[in-house]
Amino acid sequence: MSMLSLERVTKRYRVGAFGGRELTAVRDATFAVKAGEVVSLIGESGSGKTTLGRMVLRLASVSGGHIRFDGTDVSRLKGRKLAGYYKHVQGVFQDPFSTYNPIFKADRVLHTIRPTFFPEVSAAEWRKRIDTALESVRLDPRQVIDKYPHQLSGGQLQRMLIARALLLDIKLLVADEIISMLDASTRIDVLNLLADLKERGLGILFITHDLSLGHYISDRAVILRRGVVVEMGTTDKVFGNPRHPYTRTLLSSVPQMHHKWTRADIARTIDGSCAIHDGGACAGEPQLVEVDDDHLVGCAAH
Amino acid sequence: MSLRVDNLKVYYRTLRGDVKALDGATFTVADGEIMGLAGESGSGKSTLGKSLIRLDTRMRLVEGGVELDGKPLPIGDQDAMNAYRFKAVSLIPQYAMSALNPTRKIGKMISELLGARGVKYSEIKPELERRLDLVGLKREVLNNYPIELSGGMKQRMVLVLSTLLNPSLLIADEVTSALDVSTQRAVAETLVEFRDREFVKSMIVVTHDISLVYQIADTIMVMYAGKLAEKAPADVVVNAPRHPYTQLLISSLPEVGVRYADRKLAGIPGSPPGLLNPPAGCRFRDRCPLAFARCVEEPPFVEVDKNHHVACWKAQ
Repeated sequence: MSMLSLERVTKRYRVGAFGGRELTAVRDATFAVKAGEVVSLIGESGSGKTTLGRMVLRLASVSGGHIRFDGTDVSRLKGRKLAGYYKHVQGVFQDPFSTYNPIFKADRVLHTIRPTFFPEVSAAEWRKRIDTALESVRLDPRQVIDKYPHQLSGGQLQRMLIARALLLDIKLLVADEIISMLDASTRIDVLNLLADLKERGLGILFITHDLSLGHYISDRAVILRRGVVVEMGTTDKVFGNPRHPYTRTLLSSVPQMHHKWTRADIARTIDGSCAIHDGGACAGEPQLVEVDDDHLVGCAAH
Repeated sequence: MSLRVDNLKVYYRTLRGDVKALDGATFTVADGEIMGLAGESGSGKSTLGKSLIRLDTRMRLVEGGVELDGKPLPIGDQDAMNAYRFKAVSLIPQYAMSALNPTRKIGKMISELLGARGVKYSEIKPELERRLDLVGLKREVLNNYPIELSGGMKQRMVLVLSTLLNPSLLIADEVTSALDVSTQRAVAETLVEFRDREFVKSMIVVTHDISLVYQIADTIMVMYAGKLAEKAPADVVVNAPRHPYTQLLISSLPEVGVRYADRKLAGIPGSPPGLLNPPAGCRFRDRCPLAFARCVEEPPFVEVDKNHHVACWKAQ
């Protein structure tokens, strides 16, 4: 049973002077995240990956389709029910330095949750919970409590935000490019932390442009291009046997550590054959077709 | 030897004292060499790249010298340096997207830029058009405003523009980090093409992405906390690094093919030292698993193998 399910989710923005034109940022996205599963949403800039994450977090409205969390339609939640939703679903974003208010101490983000979500818990008890949460993201409370954001590193700030999410009764974490601004030597620790949390039953929607990170951590991968899901399935199948030309292009252009780019990669890329219409005319229908068990591919015309 | 840098020290002036961002770099870049300059944020890689072309007002040349093609490059002297910029040393800035003047058509901007260097636009135009063809830009872009070009097109435009006068040294600062994966590859391969066609003699590609620079560079130099850690041919840095920092850094990078479930990668515990008052001796020693008593002395950057320089006592 999927915890989060998206069904033909569409987002249209009004753009241009006086909102005269319409821009479809996401079209008919359908996928699901189960408990204890990491789903990577992979796409280049403008692919709609962040918009999808924002819609799940209710930071953007849905123009069409449904987002369901444990069976309830998320877009209709209001008031207390919405607060209840945020108790289970939280997001962490790309830039840890702009997430914090530089005027206040960084651990304020951990304290402000209590009055909203847990008014019945005493301050002393809350402090104990904070310590536990910080330890579970491998931060030493003595090193990070009572510090201002500029005194902490990007990795520490990012982990503190994950700790903040853990203080709630969280079931789903939307992680939007959370390590792309961190340094190479520390980013892998944050990624490993996410994998640990997943093993404890947390569902994670991992939004990234970096294929290697998506491959490292996720169980399932969703490849987005210009707002349309072009391929999705288990990570092994999407990365091991990519069927959509766009996925193949991405995989052949990603720089690898022990393998240099060769002309052969390009030859593989040029093979733009459609997995659905073998040699026939591509009509460009938006539906995905199951080519293998748990491996769906869209038409190459997308 | 195209570029020779000798004990270069560049500090940033702040109210609390000098930040020792580049603290003694000695290396050479050969003719036709593409050198990748890799490091984390705060390692001094951008400072090194920038100081070879223009020291901004906060930067101060403390010590050391630079030689280009056998002649000293007056990097500490803003006015004297002007004669070399664009002609002998050129730069592709990090945000090429915003490097073009938005109020000028691109052709007009180029002609003004050349005019300032005493070169006639009409003389160079045939060559300019040839190079536009080479990078796959239409000649009509010269009549466009920068806003009409996409990010990848602007990046290629800046690439053509910076190398138009065949500089001896090109510094490319994080040129691909703002681009998408597929455009990234095209731009990176154009850099190699320009070297092969001898539009530039040698190149320093500053980046935080070792896997990208490995694709195009002949040698890679790794920096840590203002010091050089290791310089070797690209294959050696990636497959047989000798400095503990390089070893840990390379082994912490995820790549397609590595899964958390199969092989758990580990980061480097701790964080780099502050550069306002950096510790004496090896700057990596607090995070280094191999650190021993001698590491309080500063390890020299010496050649341990042919073309392989390392600054570590354990590697010697």
